[in-house]
Amino acid sequence: MIETIVAPEDLRDCVASRLGSGYRPLTLVGTDDRAAGEGFAIHPVLLGPGGATLAMRAPLDRNAPRYPSLVPIAPGFHWDEREAQDLLGIVPEGHPDPRRLVLRAEWPPGHYPLRKDFRPDQIPPLPRDDSFDGHVVGGHEVTEVPVGPIHAGIIEPGHFRFSTVGESILHLDAQLFYTHRGLEKIVEGHDPLRALAVAERCCAACTVSHAAAFSLACEDAAEVTASPRGAWGRAVLLEMERLYNHVGDAGNMCSGGAFAVGAMTGARLKETVQRALDRLTGHRFGRGALVPGGLRRDIPMEVCTEIRRSLGAWRARIGDFRDLVLGSDGFVDRMRRTGVLSAQAVRDLGGVGVLARAAGVDVDLRRDRSYSPYDHLSVHVPTQSAGDAEARFLQRIAEALETLEILRQLLDAPPAGPIAAPVPTAEHPGAIGLGAVESPRGACVHWLRLDGSGAIDRLRIRSASFANWPIVPLAAPGNLVPDFPMINKSFELCYACCDR
Amino acid sequence: MRPLFERFRQRGATAGYPVVAEPAPSIARGFPALDPALCRGHAACAATCPTGAIRVEDGASGGWRWLLDLGRCVACGRCAEVCPTEALRIDPAYEFVYPRREDLVRSVTFQATWADPLPRPAEALRVRIHTIFGRSLHIRHLDVGSDNGADWEMATLLGPVYDVQRLGIDFVASPRHADMLLVTGAVSRNLAPALTHTYEATPEPRLVVALGTDACGGGITQGSYAAAGGVDRVIPVDYYIPGDPPRPQAIIHGLLVALGRRVAVAATRDRVVAIPGPQGGGRTWKGSPSG
Repeated sequence: MIETIVAPEDLRDCVASRLGSGYRPLTLVGTDDRAAGEGFAIHPVLLGPGGATLAMRAPLDRNAPRYPSLVPIAPGFHWDEREAQDLLGIVPEGHPDPRRLVLRAEWPPGHYPLRKDFRPDQIPPLPRDDSFDGHVVGGHEVTEVPVGPIHAGIIEPGHFRFSTVGESILHLDAQLFYTHRGLEKIVEGHDPLRALAVAERCCAACTVSHAAAFSLACEDAAEVTASPRGAWGRAVLLEMERLYNHVGDAGNMCSGGAFAVGAMTGARLKETVQRALDRLTGHRFGRGALVPGGLRRDIPMEVCTEIRRSLGAWRARIGDFRDLVLGSDGFVDRMRRTGVLSAQAVRDLGGVGVLARAAGVDVDLRRDRSYSPYDHLSVHVPTQSAGDAEARFLQRIAEALETLEILRQLLDAPPAGPIAAPVPTAEHPGAIGLGAVESPRGACVHWLRLDGSGAIDRLRIRSASFANWPIVPLAAPGNLVPDFPMINKSFELCYACCDR
Repeated sequence: MRPLFERFRQRGATAGYPVVAEPAPSIARGFPALDPALCRGHAACAATCPTGAIRVEDGASGGWRWLLDLGRCVACGRCAEVCPTEALRIDPAYEFVYPRREDLVRSVTFQATWADPLPRPAEALRVRIHTIFGRSLHIRHLDVGSDNGADWEMATLLGPVYDVQRLGIDFVASPRHADMLLVTGAVSRNLAPALTHTYEATPEPRLVVALGTDACGGGITQGSYAAAGGVDRVIPVDYYIPGDPPRPQAIIHGLLVALGRRVAVAATRDRVVAIPGPQGGGRTWKGSPSG
């Protein structure tokens, strides 16, 4: 991928003009380039109409890296800029909310873990107490309700601070990055295969998407494409991942509304698909199945045949599940007009995936920035318009049925040939690669740069959950506190792949 | 009525495990197993391991020792692919649960001559907590920085297929109600306080189980600025269930072993073998893997 060099003072105008002509944010990466005799740099990447990708690089000062914040014109970069400020000390001037995001108040100022000269002895001892640095509403009869990071159910950790009057939510601030593990630092210096083992472990529910996005990024940097069979197998696994997530997430919405039969039916469907994925890859989440260039080992054709034969039965079971849920007036009443997101809010903040499409924002990377083999398939993208929890339920069901259709197209025409193409990253020192796939939750973007030996110099993972989490609190005000579990489950975002 | 009939038509979903064995698929991504007859001590496995889970140490008179730490191994399978003598294969077995951190380390010592087996460590007396908890166990789940894999598998246990409630096991909403903390993740900085506070809020007697490789020994987070490297770096751990993530059956197995209701699958942790090959063969390789 070739980057356009832009002076930091021109960056805002440059991005603004592109956003005006239909571009949208894809990722924003900060890098420490001082070892190469330069300073720091900030790399915004935008996706335009027809799949055009605009990658920019703004070189910044060596000693005081700063640039005019893009957030006033591109709110979708809100968290990316705060993250680069925490981890690299790159200051976005004029950012409307420059609080810490990834690191907490206990982390000493002036220590930036993603800088290349960060030393292990600069890691402070483990903190003893948690802190909350969020926005709350003050005033008479306003009550603050703190929830988490340890929740009542089996869900991941995040802290939600509700400002309420009676049962109604006035305002919600979510504090995340509890599961921040510093994975992007760990892969620095790893060869691509070793880095892939870390990258695909940043989240289990999106394992295949992360492995595919990382592989596409390596292929982009090495200027090769996956082998036809490798790309085909990758798509089969991506669609299987989408399928088990969508039916499982739709079922989990039922447990958010105490509709046990629906929850169990969804869980049973999910287990059926996960067991098929296990037989395809040897792992219930599909780990270790992909490599840059294609598949790590061929997927067993007898299992593919079995899955092809099961598609009709799966379609019938998903239809039955949908009818079961929509047949419960009480539960539909819980979902309808609950957690409404407007299409405008989604567009402004760069929402992706089910969250966006359920609000009527028609984005899907399988079509908008197509990658092999989706460019040869017919990909129909369903959308809803209501933007409430019910629309997100219906959207998941519609997408799951569409996924069965894509799986049918794939399984009917398996290409022959080598399972993987060689990806000679060592021949492309310093190259930059971008991999973007449509994960079950939306755009999953891996941006990487190789070092002089073809190993990973910098990897930034921007998952769909990272793009969508800042939007979730907008769906809460006006709803009842007891409806929030249902609202949260209707988005079902990962914490692990947001926090990394 | 139709939904009701449909439920009847679909019949029961619950699997037979733990009464009926449910082996993982033969291609399952399990932990590596070493065939001592084929190992020549190249240490290519140790060089390629992304988490430093495999070590190969030099021994006396040309011998060597191969060590695998299940608290670090994320079962990526790279070692088996790079072994030049194909001495490593991926073992689909998954029933692992251990009472001590050091139990997670397996070793094979290659000696010039046969020697007596290394003595097994004396079994420490353990508090028989299962007699207090009887047939009912209440668990509080605690995610302290996992990749959500072990957590999704834990949630699966409450579904119709694994249904751990039939075994007297349930998950509760508060640590105050819990007999056991089932902890996932390597302990991220931002969750270390929550781990300590939850542990303190759990009434004694209590069991702490580290679930998944990250919780057992840090797993993928080796060397991170943002993770402690395992649950036992912060609070004491009673049982370790490695796996990336452990299969639902492996979690059931571990919980039942912790309750004294199932016998752990005996594992030969430390083996001593003769250096293979004709006339003692010997190590075909020594030095840095790139050399």
